[in-house]
Amino acid sequence: MSKVLKSRISERREEWRTKAASARDKPAKFGPDIDLTSFTKPSIKDKVKSLGSLSHQIQESALYAGIDANETFRSGSYFQIDHSVVYERVQKAFEGKVEIMSTAEALEKYDWVADLWWKAVPVDQDKYTAQAELDQTHGYFIRIRKGQKVEKPIQACLFLAENNISQNVHNMIIVEDGADAQIITGCTRGQEVEQGMHVGISEFFLGKGSSLMFTMIHNWAERFDVRPRTGVILEEDATYVSNYILLRPVSSIQMYPAAYLNGDNSRVRFNTILSGQKDSYIDVGSKTVLKGENTRAESVARAVAGDRSIIYARGQIIGQSNTGRGHLDCRGILLSEEAEMQAIPELISEKAPRAELSHEAAISPIAEEEVYYLMSRGLSKDEAVSMITRGFLNIDIPGLPPVLKGYIQRTLDAASEEGL
Amino acid sequence: MKCFSYNPKYVINLVIYFDHWRLPLRKGVKTMLEIEDLSVEIGDRSILKKLSLHIDEGEVHALLGQNGSGKTTLLMVIMGMPAYKVTNGRIIFQGSDITGKTVDERARMGIGVAFQKPPSVRGIKTSQMVEICMDKKDEKRANEIAGRLNVVDLMDRDVNAGFSGGEAKRSEMLQLLAQNPSFAMFDEPESGVDLDNIALVGSAMNEILEKDRVRMKKAAGLIVTHTGHILDYVNADIGHILMDGTIVCEGNPRDLFDDIRAHGYEGCVECRRC
Repeated sequence: MSKVLKSRISERREEWRTKAASARDKPAKFGPDIDLTSFTKPSIKDKVKSLGSLSHQIQESALYAGIDANETFRSGSYFQIDHSVVYERVQKAFEGKVEIMSTAEALEKYDWVADLWWKAVPVDQDKYTAQAELDQTHGYFIRIRKGQKVEKPIQACLFLAENNISQNVHNMIIVEDGADAQIITGCTRGQEVEQGMHVGISEFFLGKGSSLMFTMIHNWAERFDVRPRTGVILEEDATYVSNYILLRPVSSIQMYPAAYLNGDNSRVRFNTILSGQKDSYIDVGSKTVLKGENTRAESVARAVAGDRSIIYARGQIIGQSNTGRGHLDCRGILLSEEAEMQAIPELISEKAPRAELSHEAAISPIAEEEVYYLMSRGLSKDEAVSMITRGFLNIDIPGLPPVLKGYIQRTLDAASEEGL
Repeated sequence: MKCFSYNPKYVINLVIYFDHWRLPLRKGVKTMLEIEDLSVEIGDRSILKKLSLHIDEGEVHALLGQNGSGKTTLLMVIMGMPAYKVTNGRIIFQGSDITGKTVDERARMGIGVAFQKPPSVRGIKTSQMVEICMDKKDEKRANEIAGRLNVVDLMDRDVNAGFSGGEAKRSEMLQLLAQNPSFAMFDEPESGVDLDNIALVGSAMNEILEKDRVRMKKAAGLIVTHTGHILDYVNADIGHILMDGTIVCEGNPRDLFDDIRAHGYEGCVECRRC
């Protein structure tokens, strides 16, 4: 690295760190406040030569989060355990098309990365963004080069293997002009790991005419607190599709990813599947700013609250251009007398009198008529309810490639077998 | 008006007596369904009043009656739908009392129903419903039946969601064929079905009811029909007229229908007095 670049980064770093320090104790707008001081430092994990050489238990846990250790159907992989990057590889066929590395490495390698750092998410948003800057523990950098169509998904796994640590990753995803890709991210933990914290900053930059389908699966446990912070910036004709799936218990998760449709004709769709179990506190939303001309936003959320879970399903569309259109669709089912759900759709038109913004939200029980219909074909009541719930969560996602479709189906199947 | 009796057993004897050709088939025949003095309420409203009905193995009965007479209620209570409260009497199926059994227990014992207006279930495909109906997953057979019923394009759609009347009925037939119940009930199978498809629905019903078998025919059925058109395609052995929650007339279904066509259901009111 050149001296000039080095000094430039350290200058920027100083600036980020000062801002972050000012927000060190700033609670987030939503969700329970987490004490970040009680976590311990994990050991350094060694690099592995292939994902297949990871322990069987790690492979199995990762598989539930969509990570395939046998990389046949993937174009590249990134695997991080606790604070260590253990594996990063682009398959031969995709070399030169895709770049995968730790963001710490990318910051050193390319001077322009610093220009994008904290551009889509403010560093001083709250104590979690601050923590990610002050105590960053890698995160992935994925870059799809100009015009490249990457037909096989890229996979990234953020894995927690030790108890009581805080993983503070900062990811950056660059999809250059005209490029097209799918990314699967699985965030999960070892079966024996009971408690921990995951802070994940993800900044997406989609160039002109690019397209990205980003699928994220979260598999945590009863004593995990999770605070992702996501920002997506879209240029002209870019398309971003986000699929977020949470089907396992968690202590608390709060996130409100934001997409900024700056370029004309850019499009975004958020698909969110939430299942609240045990004492999970789930506060998940999506925010879209329609800035460019002819921008389109759609947000579809399906939430099922069981046991003593609390779910906030938020959605916000801000219309800033007269030709912008957005729709929020949020439906929920409460399966338990002790569960709680709030559907909070927000539509904001800012000096755009001709923008068309709409929403439909509903919280309603499973129709008994449907349950008895299935029972009349021989299913027990529990089986019928489980199958209807699974069907309810199974959002029809237009343009979903078969690999991803199969993968979402398997995730839902696995969850319903365990009593969704 | 051919008004035989109020006692179903007596009617069956009469039928046997007159239909000599059936005699050899009826040796050792067992009872499929026996309903005794059944009273049913929905909420506080009394719908069925001390209704009795006897159906033997291999028999197909038709239940006729005006709208609101309680026809659908009878099917739903035989299926065990909990909205229908049994206040008196009992239902015996193949020798065991099923009055207290749940819907799925009855389904697994061999009772099936084709609903008049089946609910659409978001996220559950028709092919999945077929899979539920089958004891063992058999995709080949499922597709073969779907092909015959001309519902291949419905297999991958959410069940009943946006189906036309005819599509919903064919999907019900598909499911019952997959389920293969020993006692099948059909609620207004011809309603909303165009002429082209009535024959298709009729032939599926005949298959479910094992009409193709002359001997060893076991499957029995109960067809609810308001218009009677389906009886042109499916031969019912015995007809019943339901009025105000009770069976008022029994006899040859075609004769009953001819009479209703000529005199309307009012004729039954008079008949009841005779």
